[in-house]
Amino acid sequence: MSRIEGVLKSLKGQGRKALIPYITAGDPHPDQTVGLMHTLVEAGADIIELGVPFSDPMADGPVIQMACERALKHGTSLRQVIAMIKQFRETDDATPVVLMGYLNPMEAMGYEAFADAAADAGVDGILTVDLPPEEADDVAPLFTARNLDAIFLLAPTTTDDRIRSISEHSSGYVYYVSFKGITGASKINVDEVAAKVAHIHDITALPVGVGFGIRDAETAAAVGRVSDGVIVGSVLVDTIARNQADSDQLKRALTDLLHPMREALDGLAS
Amino acid sequence: MKLTEEMLSALPDARGHFGAYGGRFVSETLMDSLMTLEREYLRLKNDPEFQKTFDEDLANYVGRPSPLYFAERLTRETGGAQIWLKREDLNHTGAHKVNNTIGQALLASFLGKKRVIAETGAGQHGVATATVCARLGLECHVFMGAEDIKRQSLNVYRMKLLGAEVHSVESGTRTLKDAMNDAMRDWVSNVDETFYIIGTVAGPHPYPLLVRDFQSVIGRETRRQSLEQAGKLPDALVACVGGGSNAIGMFYPFLTDESVQMYGVEAGGLGIETGQHAAPLCAGRPGVLHGNRTYLMEDENGQIAGTHSVSAGLDYPGVGPEHSWLKDIGRARYVSVTDDEALDGFRTLTRVEGIMPALESAHAVAYALKLAPTMDKDQVIVINVSGRGDKDIHTIAQLDGIEA
Repeated sequence: MSRIEGVLKSLKGQGRKALIPYITAGDPHPDQTVGLMHTLVEAGADIIELGVPFSDPMADGPVIQMACERALKHGTSLRQVIAMIKQFRETDDATPVVLMGYLNPMEAMGYEAFADAAADAGVDGILTVDLPPEEADDVAPLFTARNLDAIFLLAPTTTDDRIRSISEHSSGYVYYVSFKGITGASKINVDEVAAKVAHIHDITALPVGVGFGIRDAETAAAVGRVSDGVIVGSVLVDTIARNQADSDQLKRALTDLLHPMREALDGLAS
Repeated sequence: MKLTEEMLSALPDARGHFGAYGGRFVSETLMDSLMTLEREYLRLKNDPEFQKTFDEDLANYVGRPSPLYFAERLTRETGGAQIWLKREDLNHTGAHKVNNTIGQALLASFLGKKRVIAETGAGQHGVATATVCARLGLECHVFMGAEDIKRQSLNVYRMKLLGAEVHSVESGTRTLKDAMNDAMRDWVSNVDETFYIIGTVAGPHPYPLLVRDFQSVIGRETRRQSLEQAGKLPDALVACVGGGSNAIGMFYPFLTDESVQMYGVEAGGLGIETGQHAAPLCAGRPGVLHGNRTYLMEDENGQIAGTHSVSAGLDYPGVGPEHSWLKDIGRARYVSVTDDEALDGFRTLTRVEGIMPALESAHAVAYALKLAPTMDKDQVIVINVSGRGDKDIHTIAQLDGIEA
């Protein structure tokens, strides 16, 4: 059983929902990323999605674009991001880490070298925004062979046939993009999300994490009620941007943001 | 490799691949739209009404066929092969781009989409899109890098006159690739009502296919005109390559004619050795950007590299996937000329033939001027003059130290 599957099973057993924060590696500075990951765990994260910065993040809004630019200004490379996870693992062997990013940095590193290094460092899952299962034939088996979960996206526009085939290619969880848009937009419609996630649950037994548009305890609880976990990205990255000058204050700000979400999600269990 | 009609008709394959290139690398939200577009295009491609409308629009609105012109004085002064010019600069709106926007806007109408978006570099595709939207009464949004808005202000004004909204893109390198990023972001946010008119043969499947099909009118006409006027097929075709839509339009109908050599001319900028260029086929390597696998300019970590060209329309780090395939199989040769060589090409064609080419097309002119003297007098070179140079007067005047 993969670390991701283990965590999600155990949460499910307790009737709890996963809190999955996203930050961009190397933002605001590569030296801070591992510390921020530990902060996220202390504030209640069950799984961490760690973004690999890319020069052309087409699915992302301005907040994550600027995070990528900050990280790239310090030369944050995929190899360095993997090294950060290796360092994180020295003191945290329990929290699953999903690498999330775009395909080209992985292609440039070489898929086999990337999969080896990621597995060796203790990465648990790979989510590539611009890699649909149709194009993943050469890549996904390399992940599976190393016990790395391949996590794919589902969207409001995904047809039933595709939900079925994407789920068959996925392990760990599937990531449901809550609305048609880019990260950081505020278009979420909880009723629509509830209907679609229920429908996805009818088609696949995999846990469904929902991301895009979750910004506070209220949206986290509303989406947590109808899914297996919530992914929180832009609001955290924006908090990093606003507090980048002072690392203690940044830690407090992230905790102040995540803690109420954790409590709201756990409130659903009781 | 000798190409046959049968081989060509199998490309791209069902997943949009040209050999190792192409494909559909986009986020899930767009997949359904792309598959619908592919399905509808493959149906309409063989629909007589669609084709008839397209052909009539090309004839009566664009003004096709564009002439194939024998540049007699240029041939004499250059020495060597006969130089012929395919005059895409004479099309309505002044470039080849309109061939494609006519086709895609027609698709948008057939699909019932009322809102159109486009990216643009030099502004030619933006103008061509704004033009067809004005004609069909479609809402038009054009994304353009802030850097390009500065150097192509005339085209920005043209788009506004045509009723389009021009969105200045401030992210990244503030050029064509960033404009394409923002167009993709708009598309994913407004996918139900929006048709994205991509201006080049790049992007996710089926765009490289449909843009190539719409632009192939260039090569089909050239083939017929060359046989009629020069009495033979061309020996060499020369076209500039940014994304590569004018080049693929010229090359495609000749791919099975083994005797026809093809040269795609990339922007060598300040020189390939300086790294300040936009020549992924000459100096890049395969990667994935903007929905397709193709040759790219990138650093060792897979980050997309900044590009440089005097010509905004060539200032792009990628290239259409079919060109990547043609390069690998050796059917077309990809070369580069520098900014300075292109400017010389511009001046030569202007002074010797009275034809001002776009700075993009001037790259093809510059290479042809090097190629012609190496060939025999009875051989024929066709240069695709993909656009006219009016839009570049400001840039050239600045280089000459003149306030225009």
